[in-house]
Amino acid sequence: MNKIYGSAAEALDGVLSDGMLIAAGGFGLCGIPELLLQAIKDAGTKNLTFASNNAGVDDFGIGILLQTKQVKKMISSYVGENAEFMRQYLSGELELEFNPQGTLAERMRAAGCGIPGFYTKTGVGTVIADGKEVKQFNGEDYILEEGIFADLSIVKAWKADDTGNLVFRKTARNFNPPAAMCGKICVAEVEEIVPRGSLDPDGIHLPGIYVHRIVQGEHEKRIEQRTTRTRENA
Amino acid sequence: MWDRNQMAARAAEELEDGMYVNLGIGIPTLVANYVGDKDITLQSENGMLGMGPFPFEGEEDPDLINAGKQTITELSRTAYFDSAQSFGMIRGGKIAAAILGAMEVAENGDLANWMIPGKLVKGMGGAMDLVAGVGRVIVVMDHTNKHGDSKVLPECTLPLTGKGVVDRIITNLGVLDVVEGGLRIVECADGVTEDELRAATEATLV
Repeated sequence: MNKIYGSAAEALDGVLSDGMLIAAGGFGLCGIPELLLQAIKDAGTKNLTFASNNAGVDDFGIGILLQTKQVKKMISSYVGENAEFMRQYLSGELELEFNPQGTLAERMRAAGCGIPGFYTKTGVGTVIADGKEVKQFNGEDYILEEGIFADLSIVKAWKADDTGNLVFRKTARNFNPPAAMCGKICVAEVEEIVPRGSLDPDGIHLPGIYVHRIVQGEHEKRIEQRTTRTRENA
Repeated sequence: MWDRNQMAARAAEELEDGMYVNLGIGIPTLVANYVGDKDITLQSENGMLGMGPFPFEGEEDPDLINAGKQTITELSRTAYFDSAQSFGMIRGGKIAAAILGAMEVAENGDLANWMIPGKLVKGMGGAMDLVAGVGRVIVVMDHTNKHGDSKVLPECTLPLTGKGVVDRIITNLGVLDVVEGGLRIVECADGVTEDELRAATEATLV
């Protein structure tokens, strides 16, 4: 079975449809599937719902799909870096479902593990609990949160072999493994496809069973907040 | 009265050798400068334990950022993991303490620090998970807002981040603990009298 595709557009061929739910990896602009997002923009798929921790910035990440009004709804924990997002949200063009960050990650992980719901203390006594079942365990309240079963997962990894085993790099791992797990189909973009046998089997972060299509490409990897210190003895 | 750095230094006294700790954005970030010889491991909820300082210029790595999206570095003890595991250790009570900022704290330990209705809403990020999951929640903030109104209240007026979650409040005026029936003064900041601290606090003091 060949999982390797020649371009992001080819890797998404036949899996996009209007109105679908897409789970996307990344935290801020770190570890986002930038090539696949660009390919979705080029494909013109509409009325999309994204489960993604953030919404990119105006001209990068999911932000590029907001500019073209391809996104109907975001399920996110933090969207503070995106002016166009705010404009569309405040004018009612865009739906927004805030999820606490850990709840969002667990909703993806749980769905990927076949768990349709779980109880968590996060959000008890806040607006997040509104309309959700409350259950007591050992005298404490927990709320029911549901798994996110996505139609499509798009993720970014550092390296893959041809079977789809993935290795991530540093904090660019973030939401990518749980996002990859919760989709019916997962497409991964990577910086490098390496020969089978060259990844340490003990060092695989996400086994290839979760990954259906792979594309290699050049990544811009933009930095959102460049912070540095000065050398004391320069 | 304490300045930002003195508040951070006071908050650092809360940390004990061997603790795993999550620091929020703003003054809490400065706490890392005052841990001294204590063996503290900082968690960044985007998927890292053992957070190091900012990189030297030219050594920034786009794959290595903290939860504030700032470029950082790793240490010899660093471990990386995904977001589900990161919040698993938070929700699972493995993180000893979180030090974070606040808009309002109530005398029953309610915390509000994620949204102001009618203004731009950015989201709660990981704050709700942290306050619900970590062992001890320490708030570091100015005692009053820019209009001079107390941020230490009988009840929060803003939407909550967590209900009854705060253990200790460190402000520019002093240190307060959430106890049965209200707040208890632990200490006053340098040059602040107990009467001044009481006057600036709307919450019930016991």
